[in-house]
Amino acid sequence: MSEVVLEIRNLHASIEDEPILRGVDLTINAGEVHSIMGPNGSGKSTLAQILAGREEYEITEGEILYHGRDLLEMEPEERAGEGLFLAFQYPVEIPGVKTMQFLKASVNALRTYRGEEELDAVQLMNLFREKARQVKLNEDLLRRNVNEGFSGGEKKRAEIFQMALLDPAMCVLDETDSGLDIDALKIVAEGVNAMRAGKRSFLVITHYQRLLNYIVPDVVHVLVDGRVARSGGKELAVELEDQGYALFGEESAPAAAGAASA
Amino acid sequence: MTTLTKPTNDALLELAVRAENRSAPGPGWLRALRDEALDRFRELGLPSTRHEDWRFTSLKPVQELDFSAPPAGAPMLPADQLDRFGFAGLDAPRAVFIDGRFSPAHSNLAALPSAVRGLTLEDALAADEETVRAHLDALPKTDPGDAFTALNTAMLDEAMVILIDDGAIIDQPLHILHLTTATQPVATHPRLLVVAGRSSEATIIEDYVGAGDGTYLTNAVSEVFVGVDAAVTHYMIERESPRAFNISTLHVRQERDSRFESHSVLIGGALVRNNVNPVLVGENCHSLLNGLYVGRNGQHLDNFMRVEHDAPHCDSRQYYRGILADQAHGVFSGRIVVARGAQKTDAVQSNESLLLSDDARANGKPQLEIYADDVKCTHGATTGQLDEDAVFYLRSRGLSAEAARGMLIYSFALESLQRMGVAPVRDVLTDALLRRMPFTESLRPYLGSDGGSLPEDIAAGSEE
Repeated sequence: MSEVVLEIRNLHASIEDEPILRGVDLTINAGEVHSIMGPNGSGKSTLAQILAGREEYEITEGEILYHGRDLLEMEPEERAGEGLFLAFQYPVEIPGVKTMQFLKASVNALRTYRGEEELDAVQLMNLFREKARQVKLNEDLLRRNVNEGFSGGEKKRAEIFQMALLDPAMCVLDETDSGLDIDALKIVAEGVNAMRAGKRSFLVITHYQRLLNYIVPDVVHVLVDGRVARSGGKELAVELEDQGYALFGEESAPAAAGAASA
Repeated sequence: MTTLTKPTNDALLELAVRAENRSAPGPGWLRALRDEALDRFRELGLPSTRHEDWRFTSLKPVQELDFSAPPAGAPMLPADQLDRFGFAGLDAPRAVFIDGRFSPAHSNLAALPSAVRGLTLEDALAADEETVRAHLDALPKTDPGDAFTALNTAMLDEAMVILIDDGAIIDQPLHILHLTTATQPVATHPRLLVVAGRSSEATIIEDYVGAGDGTYLTNAVSEVFVGVDAAVTHYMIERESPRAFNISTLHVRQERDSRFESHSVLIGGALVRNNVNPVLVGENCHSLLNGLYVGRNGQHLDNFMRVEHDAPHCDSRQYYRGILADQAHGVFSGRIVVARGAQKTDAVQSNESLLLSDDARANGKPQLEIYADDVKCTHGATTGQLDEDAVFYLRSRGLSAEAARGMLIYSFALESLQRMGVAPVRDVLTDALLRRMPFTESLRPYLGSDGGSLPEDIAAGSEE
């Protein structure tokens, strides 16, 4: 048996009484790369935000287990400490906070959480250098305010840099590819692929199939109308690309709910 | 006008009358100055909230206090009591006033370089009466703090006079510490006169502190004359007792090609009014008014700027930021007056408030009076709460909710702090900020030596 990292069971969530997720089931094992595809408004980003601990959403039913623990009971910083990482669809600009200062705080907060010794300034600088090289990030960005004035591609690359830096066990990428030109997309994909090793798991949320040419998933889920309408291998992504989500327009009925990964 | 009785404070008036009767020493012109000021204060009374410039600040709590004179005699205080008000790493010449009285024992004005003289009014009159006479109380009284300036002048006694020679470059700041120790409600009227000669450079730190938690009034007036091509940097650090009232008025006159920086930091006091009034009379002056006010509980912190451009080709920058927690109330009024001939004026004003609770309040009022036709004046004001999206983002990277909020508050203050060039002062203020605000304490471990540094271009405030 492989080790289950993330298990989403019959998750229902709403915001301001508007149901968005209507019974999501999903299981991700250690070392697997899963992809969630789906049309706009299907609940993809909601799921990502809920995984990271966003409080605006009301969970009306179901549960999420992370390494067997109740994820919904954990604070966002606790989830980060436990190795969950979300690459934001819209990384937040924070005027006045330097990226370097924020990431120093972040790295050491996580190390403290994990019972590791904090890194000193020199060790941190070395780590930043190494990871920046790894994901081809211009180090000058680290000296600027968090995401402020970054281009779209820079923001996404900075997210991948943070992911590499924080060494998570479970990476959730929320439409990291959206709006990227092909070169930027390749850099993001290379960053992810370089991190695919051992037990690290990925949940790659995307609207477009092209990302999956570069990050080849083990399992593809199609989210429609708040439910996983279908799951399958990477060939499902190709099928979607050819035929579009309309394919699932009729299929998002209860019969399709409950589909889980292999 | 109306026949309504003007609000005043009988005790303050009584004290001023008594000071007049005591016929303090000094030349005739000085006595006349005091007498006229007393008459003016008697006539003006204290401003009420009906006064447009005091709309947001009620002086009722000041009106109602029964003030007494500060204790007579030489102030007694062990020297080490003052250490906690120093700035670590700053080996500055110091002038100390305790309960309004100059304390030679605690001061070391002899440490000043020979090109600058730091004198009490009495000594200054003996040394250079003409210069004192030409400048003391010589700045226009268009400021709404006029009543307080009048009262201060009526009480004029142990003023501090700083005379800087032409061409003198003074590296070390001069620290003027005003400490109030009294436990009964006293009123002190600190007075500072700075005359900076042609092409001179100096930094003056005015520092108002309370030794305990007494209720008292500090009514400070400072006049700064910035000579041709001179550069003066002025700090006003207000860290009074939590029950104190502080009215500080800074009048500045800038001659041609001069640079002036005013840094105001309000962190103490129950009710504080910070008036800053530079008048740019010569061409090509640069004036920076940088302020940070940090209030909690029921603190009321009011900043009133009036920048007068009287000559062409000058620029002025007002950058004020307020952080308001609990039921604190922050006020910023910024008036820019551009005279008819002051073409090519470039004036910027910005006021940003961060509200940390639903009960905190911020009021702002920009006012532009422009009589020239070729000028650039911009103003902007924002009031907001912490960006919860940013808090979530930081938390998702492992920072605790407290550390995330602290980091955002700190970064908001940082822009103001970074404009302050005297590092030891900046460090003490940063520390004071961290200790005072909610959340920021948890940030301390992350603030390394470079934790607070910003890129130079932001620090210099040179944007746009």
